[in-house]
Amino acid sequence: MSDKKMNLNLKVWRQAGPQAKGHFQEIQATDVSEHMSFLEMLDVVNDNLVRKGEETIEFDHDCREGICGSCAMVINGNPHGPDRATTTCQLHMRRFKDGESITIEPFRAKSFPILKDLVTDRSAFDRIQKAGGYISANTGSAQDANNIPVPKKKADLAFASATCIGCGACVAACKNASAALFVSAKISHLALLPQGEAERSERALGMVAQMDAEGFGACTNTGACSASCPVEISLENIARMNREFMFASLKKK
Amino acid sequence: MADTTPVSLGKLDPKIPTGPIEKRWEKHRFEMKLVNPANKRKHTILIVGTGLAGASAAASLSELGYKVKVFCIQDSPRRAHSIAAQGGINAAKNYANDGDSVYRLFYDTVKGGDFRSRESNVYRLAEISRAIIDHCVALGVPFAREYGGMLDTRSFGGAQVSRTFYARGQTGQQLLLGAYSSMMRQVEKGACEMYPRREMLDLVQVDGMARGITVRNLITGEIESYVGDSVLLCTGGYGNAYYLSTNAMNSNASASWRCHRKGAYFANPCFTQIHPTCIPRSGDYQSKLTLMSESLRNDGRVWVPKSKGDKRPPQQIPESERDYYLERLYPSFGNLVPRDVASRQAKFRVDEGRGVGPSGESVYLDFADSIKRLGKDAISEKYGNLFDMYAKITDENPYEQPMRIYPAVHYTMGGLWVDYNLMSTIPGLHVLGEANFSDHGANRLGASALMQGLADGYFVIPYTLGHYIASTKMEKVDTTHDAFKASREEVSVRLNKLLNIKGKRPVDEIHKELGNIMWDLVGMSRTEAGLKDAIAKIRTLRKEFWSNVHVTGEPNFKNSELEKAGRVADFLELGELMATDALERNESCGGHFREEYQTPDNEARRDDEKYSHVTAWEFTGSNDSAAWKPNKEPLTFEYVKPSQRSYK
Ligand SMILES: Cc1cc2nc3c(=O)[nH]c(=O)nc-3n(C[C@H](O)[C@H](O)[C@H](O)COP(=O)(O)OP(=O)(O)OC[C@H]3O[C@@H](n4cnc5c(N)ncnc54)[C@H](O)[C@@H]3O)c2cc1C
Ligand code: FES
Repeated sequence: MSDKKMNLNLKVWRQAGPQAKGHFQEIQATDVSEHMSFLEMLDVVNDNLVRKGEETIEFDHDCREGICGSCAMVINGNPHGPDRATTTCQLHMRRFKDGESITIEPFRAKSFPILKDLVTDRSAFDRIQKAGGYISANTGSAQDANNIPVPKKKADLAFASATCIGCGACVAACKNASAALFVSAKISHLALLPQGEAERSERALGMVAQMDAEGFGACTNTGACSASCPVEISLENIARMNREFMFASLKKK
Repeated sequence: MADTTPVSLGKLDPKIPTGPIEKRWEKHRFEMKLVNPANKRKHTILIVGTGLAGASAAASLSELGYKVKVFCIQDSPRRAHSIAAQGGINAAKNYANDGDSVYRLFYDTVKGGDFRSRESNVYRLAEISRAIIDHCVALGVPFAREYGGMLDTRSFGGAQVSRTFYARGQTGQQLLLGAYSSMMRQVEKGACEMYPRREMLDLVQVDGMARGITVRNLITGEIESYVGDSVLLCTGGYGNAYYLSTNAMNSNASASWRCHRKGAYFANPCFTQIHPTCIPRSGDYQSKLTLMSESLRNDGRVWVPKSKGDKRPPQQIPESERDYYLERLYPSFGNLVPRDVASRQAKFRVDEGRGVGPSGESVYLDFADSIKRLGKDAISEKYGNLFDMYAKITDENPYEQPMRIYPAVHYTMGGLWVDYNLMSTIPGLHVLGEANFSDHGANRLGASALMQGLADGYFVIPYTLGHYIASTKMEKVDTTHDAFKASREEVSVRLNKLLNIKGKRPVDEIHKELGNIMWDLVGMSRTEAGLKDAIAKIRTLRKEFWSNVHVTGEPNFKNSELEKAGRVADFLELGELMATDALERNESCGGHFREEYQTPDNEARRDDEKYSHVTAWEFTGSNDSAAWKPNKEPLTFEYVKPSQRSYK
């Protein structure tokens, strides 16, 4: 394995707190190994800042395996950077060239207020989830797991929707800051399973209403969300959500 | 079989019910006191952690009517470390009709743990395992299915039956989202309140009972107090004491450690699990190691070249010059031997000079045969996301060349001591999931952590907590109580102390140094001299930390450096205890391998006469010094007779 080293010119969004005014700070990242992940590159930058007694760049991260959905930043204009189907933590520096300039900003959307530097408040997603993103089954009440067969195709489809990591890249990528891809993935996952049938209508109505209440924009079907989704949640989910919502609304009348 | 007589062990009374093992849990449930449904809402339960253990406990206790408050470090409970579990969850469903049963899962787990766990706890776990799958399916967890619509299973290390349920390589994610959604339903109902971005920094005791917690709001830096009738720690394991591990970056031991310092005994801290199949490290900047699920060993074959220093690319090494050493040494389990065995054998190969890759610190995991037999699509269907992850990290294509893997710290079997009711030595402090020490002995079998976390949260604590609440009298307190004031004061003093050292070294640098000491001397194989050396080195490093660390930033804003500093300070004490425990245990068992104690063919040699016990360490140090006293809980085996484990 070769190990190319590079120097990069970073432009990083710095903002001291939710009310503070933010600005871009230029920072040189030197001797960056091509095998580093993007976050490891930021670790090294932060390490240097500490040595100079300066405040480190704050960013959310945890699993560094592309599954927890914590890491969230816009890299050169793209949520999670230039690679398809890749979270920031899984993006590697071999993707960049020596001498390149890289702009790093937080996800920007009215419903995701900035807390500090690259850290945003994405609790709107939790509030949408609690507005119906569940199956009401109390612990202890379930029948045997194999009593209701679920055709493999359906189960696979439900799984594909359920793999959404809730990072919010879809919102950050959308010019309207719509949360349609996230919400539709949630609705689809449960609507596709027989277990989710009983609350299907309430779920669609409740989650869509909460999505609107949180101030996310309208979906105009540009598809930027799915293109920037690190787990490639499909646009079909949005179509399904619209159907679910329409049926539910008709039923209510 | 004869009844076990209840033993009086003072604080270490495990409270194991008597009678035949298959009736113990049922009998215990009947004998425990119940809380009147109308009274439950008068009791507030504080749950720290929202992984599988915490989220499932929060959901089921709220359903019962308790007032629940739940805390986590991440911005959303859904991001807890459990989300990253890949391979699967065990359950004795016997859907495969291949001879599985509750008794076999119990047997495999006791044996896999190398006879260092409590039989009664393990039996209960195996018994409950079936209900977990039922409940998760009811919550909409999209497990893998067969064409007929029935649930699919696969096999995992240490078992010869197919009992592992899975959702491709994202089982933890799907199980956690199930528990989280169930919890969110209770939040919507007002039964459960959620406090994300909070870090518990102290336990508050009133009259010796756990009555509250002190937390730091990670956004505003405020020190907050919460009062409850019981505290449930569901804060995960301490693998990050090694700096590099497969754990998430925020995984830490501080909640457990703060409780340990206040009287909760820490059990078997040296029992750590090194997972055999991880992506090898590539440089000093490395921040964590990535697991490649053990399920890969179902279809991948582990090998190294037969001759030392063979630098040819793997494809050019002919079949006859490869050593499929697990298949050679363990013909009946082959590549599916338990983790401790597979890890140790990989280390032996590397030590012999037969390791592969740039640093010589890895072995091959080869899918060529399976791809030939089953086709690329079938392999991609099963492991697609793992293969993609491997390719992203290493820039190598595992469909075309074998993966390179090496063991890495993965899981900690040790943890806070708990009795059969999951209560620690501090009354009212319950410990669930990876944070407790209970069920896995000296080695955990794959796919059993998810099972245990959910068993604890969904099906054990709802009963045992009720018993504690119903049988305990406590005074009404609020956050103005002296104990709460004192705790807030103590926490603030410590944080300011960390910020005021203003030395020269970043927190991470000291953490890495600790990690190196731990990996070299308290890792995959340990010796008396090495452990003594480790203890001395850790003590010196702890001094260095408290005099020369540099924590930047302010106390009253989001400050990751300050968060990390507090955690590393605790790891610097825990690391010493891990080495001390390893030194005290003069035997090899499961993940604890002492070079002095091995069989002629390099297998772990237990000493049942002297060490068939749990070592529960009591903290005897002061505010700024660390010291411990060992206590023993003897283990008795009435059902699974201890034998030398054999996977040959
Ligand atoms: C990569 C990987 C793959 C794995 N795969 C499998 C598998 O396939 N099958 C299997 O059975 N097991 C697997 N495991 C093990 C398993 O995932 C864990 O043991 C299990 O998820 C732990 O769950 P938990 O609920 O105990 O804790 P965690 O999921 O670790 O949750 C800890 C919670 O505590 C919170 N917390 C911690 N400290 C504090 C504090 N001081 N204040 C407030 N909150 C705090 C955190 O925010 C988090 O919410 C895997 C582990 C790893 C690392
Ligand atoms: S840190 Fe978890 S997805 Fe990136």
